[in-house]
Amino acid sequence: MSDPAQSDGVLPDVVLPDVVLCPGGPMLLRGDHVVTDEQGQEHRTTRPVSAVCRCGKSSLQPWCDGTHKVLPAKLRP
Amino acid sequence: MAVRGPGYLFGMLTPKARGSLSERLFEALRARPDDLADLVDVAPESIDDEQIALWALYELHHHCFEDVDDALEWDPHLLALRPRLEAAFERRLRARWTPPGRSHDADTFADDFFAFVEGHDGASLATHVQRTADAEQVLDLFRWRSVYHLKESDSTAWAVPRLRPRTKAALVELLYDEYGTGDPARLHAHLFARGLDACGLSPEYGAYVDDAPLEILEQNNAMTLFGLHRRLRGAALGHLAAFEVTSSLPSRRMSQGIARLGLAPEMAHYYDEHVEADAVHEQLAVRNICGGLLAEEPHLSDDVWFGAWCCLDLEDRVARMVLAEWAA
Repeated sequence: MSDPAQSDGVLPDVVLPDVVLCPGGPMLLRGDHVVTDEQGQEHRTTRPVSAVCRCGKSSLQPWCDGTHKVLPAKLRP
Repeated sequence: MAVRGPGYLFGMLTPKARGSLSERLFEALRARPDDLADLVDVAPESIDDEQIALWALYELHHHCFEDVDDALEWDPHLLALRPRLEAAFERRLRARWTPPGRSHDADTFADDFFAFVEGHDGASLATHVQRTADAEQVLDLFRWRSVYHLKESDSTAWAVPRLRPRTKAALVELLYDEYGTGDPARLHAHLFARGLDACGLSPEYGAYVDDAPLEILEQNNAMTLFGLHRRLRGAALGHLAAFEVTSSLPSRRMSQGIARLGLAPEMAHYYDEHVEADAVHEQLAVRNICGGLLAEEPHLSDDVWFGAWCCLDLEDRVARMVLAEWAA
């Protein structure tokens, strides 16, 4: 992971966040995490990056399944 | 001799010729490499002939054929023939495409890209599989899809060394997941091979190339064209992003169709994996990979859109062909 404060200009402005909120879409989690769902059940990430549902409509809770894309814009996160 | 890989077989023979060029080419590849010099200026008899010849030439760079000498991968006569076939194919792809009328702002690229894909009104095979296709039709679809799915992501991987740091790291992050995060049993191509096997189909690499209609060959050859040429790296990544953005929801429909028809759960698993994986990959491909490319090499913007459009258009052509075949 690059530290922008130590950037020598070769890789300017590169920041690799651990958490990314995608406009209208999921929350991306980079790395290993345990996500607790609304029922209190724990889910461990299995991918280099995982997408956590933010629209509440995914059938793969707590993970995103792309359903936000078929929701009207006002119901998207 | 065929070698058993992690669940699937390698050891494909040269495919059936589809015209006079491919007939002479495959014969020369198999038994008379000295004749390859005579083929450099031979024109294909048809687009089918062109595409199967090009597919086979590309295959020399993938897994090659059991009946062809590996050394022919870099044969200068083949390297003279291939660009002629590629040039005709690329001209055809570009002639079908209407370049975007306005330049795209890097700040709105992700929104623009998702909207572009959403606005593309193509035929949907997945909806048909979900609701009405019969088992034989779906098995035919698996045969045709196997031409790509058994080498899933491989063409895109050729772009890796041609990219700058931000884009390269982003692409490898996605490919690492495609390739099973180090576990061969999770490799996407392997999941599809397991699905084929469980459905009673051949998991052998390239087993169904002779059954593949022209549209399937064009779809496969476009990915290899974009992946093999550094010049077209923007198109390779645009294609990847459009592919990922159109995968998650259709994969769920495919899985539901497989369950409806009582087909093998191993094949449903392949699609279930893509529902979840590609909900991540679509974000990574659009925001980090294409977004990174446009930050590092903004002059490739048109190629990103060209590649994305080709992905949607070629899939639409496949879908219309298949639906016509099924008279749906």
